[in-house]
Amino acid sequence: MDNNGQIKNAIEVKNVCINYKILNNITVRRSLFKKKAKEEVFEAVKNVSFSVREGGILGIIGKNGSGKSTLLRSIAGVFSPNSGTIDLKGNTVSLMALGIGFKDNLTGRENIILSGMLLGFSEKQMMDKIQDIIDFAEIGSFIDKPVRTYSSGMHSKLAFAITAMLETDIMLVDEVLSVGDERFKKKSLSKMKELINDERRTVLIVSHSIELLKEMCDEVLWLHDGRIKEIGEPNEVLGNYLKFMTK
Amino acid sequence: MLLLNIVMLFMPPFLAWCIHGYINKNRTIKSKVWQGIGYFLIINGMSYGVSYIRGIKKLSFSNMTLSYRMKFCLLGCVFGVILPLIIYFFKKNAFIWKGLKKDIICFGKDMRKYFRYAVRVAKADLRTEVANSYLDWLWWLIEPFCMMLIYAFVYGVVFRTTEQYFTAFIFIGLTMWSFFSRNLVASVSMVRMNKAIISKVYIPKYILLFSKMLVNGFKMLISFGIVIIMMMAYRIPVTYNVFFAVPILIDLFLISFALGVVFMHYGVFVRDLSYIVDILLRMMMYMTGTFYSVAKRVPAPYGEIIERVNPIAYLIAEMRDALLYGTPVSWRMMIVWGFLSLIILILGISTIYRNENAYVKVI
Repeated sequence: MDNNGQIKNAIEVKNVCINYKILNNITVRRSLFKKKAKEEVFEAVKNVSFSVREGGILGIIGKNGSGKSTLLRSIAGVFSPNSGTIDLKGNTVSLMALGIGFKDNLTGRENIILSGMLLGFSEKQMMDKIQDIIDFAEIGSFIDKPVRTYSSGMHSKLAFAITAMLETDIMLVDEVLSVGDERFKKKSLSKMKELINDERRTVLIVSHSIELLKEMCDEVLWLHDGRIKEIGEPNEVLGNYLKFMTK
Repeated sequence: MLLLNIVMLFMPPFLAWCIHGYINKNRTIKSKVWQGIGYFLIINGMSYGVSYIRGIKKLSFSNMTLSYRMKFCLLGCVFGVILPLIIYFFKKNAFIWKGLKKDIICFGKDMRKYFRYAVRVAKADLRTEVANSYLDWLWWLIEPFCMMLIYAFVYGVVFRTTEQYFTAFIFIGLTMWSFFSRNLVASVSMVRMNKAIISKVYIPKYILLFSKMLVNGFKMLISFGIVIIMMMAYRIPVTYNVFFAVPILIDLFLISFALGVVFMHYGVFVRDLSYIVDILLRMMMYMTGTFYSVAKRVPAPYGEIIERVNPIAYLIAEMRDALLYGTPVSWRMMIVWGFLSLIILILGISTIYRNENAYVKVI
């Protein structure tokens, strides 16, 4: 790794806690007649701090429900942490999870532009990029049909194409490294590797594929029940994780 | 009579007390009593103060007119709704003013940043709405036109309402009312409907509402196009007063936006709010005079009161005056309502900024 003194961090996460309040969703009847609804608080992420240098690739691993996706979502700004700070140093960020937020009644083309604008690109930039995205997605004439008519494969292909072709400074990848049929899988995986290996791009990958994380990441974070169990060299952390899981 | 006095004096504070209890959980019995007394004193004091300024120097319960009682009570109710909210805001965040200022700046920035997005969504929505239908955009004309025919038949022929230029009269009321109610109904379920988007990317949530309002606003403008055609057909003399339509529409937009933002916030946490809103809107529709003149048809004190406390009724009446009857609008009320809705809007936006990141966790 190039540790020549001047490492700029792209992401700094400090003491982040994220709670879910269960039963927060009340009805009028319940709030009128049962004064004290039980408020269970579920702590999804507890006091997590780490930082990723610019261009770094951090893998996040952990068993199901250990708070990985929650952490990614709050880094993407979908919701704010209950305490602690997340500093992205002004970088643009996109979250790559299964399916992007589409408006079902609008056409694929319109949805491409709208999701691009939500990710911080201007209308004009999107007009320039739209052809690349359509070409990459390979869904043919369906691009001008409403998204609700898409098959699930087309849906995920389009979503993948959008996030892959809109190159943000920070990419958060939630399990999705490849989608679609065999051929598209190969294509998307190679595109993904190309994006991840870009020198300037900072990437966070949540995955259960140990092989993949070993191959790509320069650091791995192991979350266990919302806490950091271990962070460091991929081989070492992944080895310990495997040992722990097979025990 | 005694009952009336009790209602007049106790209903507003009771309302305030209930709202206070609703938004502030976990209170002890002692604090409940004190809050009740406090609200009673403050609200009645304020109502009395207002009536004192307006010229009634003494409260004599024996020879009070019904109209005065009604006004007193309603004024108290308005205070009763506003006060607990203000107290709540102050309690919740000691640095509320600093926070508010920040929120306003933030609002301006976000509005500029996402304006193009909102417009684009609105355009696309409008386009898809007509793309799949046989009669295309004609529906935007046909739908309000048919509604008008129905109401014109029921209220003009069956109930024999006699207003000058009756169809145009109904049409204006209907158009403005449907703009308001559509926005409010949509706002309650707005966040839930857009779950797919807000769980993937950050967007200021009121932008969703804003773009929906652009869609509805566009439809409203088309309806006003029909109004203009009607005005020509009726050969209504056009005066300069028609330009008052612009501030009236701005006021209407502000009020709808402000209330919409508030309902949007509570719509996330209270699952069955939409039923309540439906009922309230239905009730309000009949109080708003979409197909009759509130000031003329409702017996003496109430008509005026309704027009005072119901901004939509007021705006509709003013719009009719300006467009059909060529009388100038009352600036004072217009500014008061504009100002009030701005305050509600700011408070609402600030609430949304504070809570919007929790929305995803709830829905």
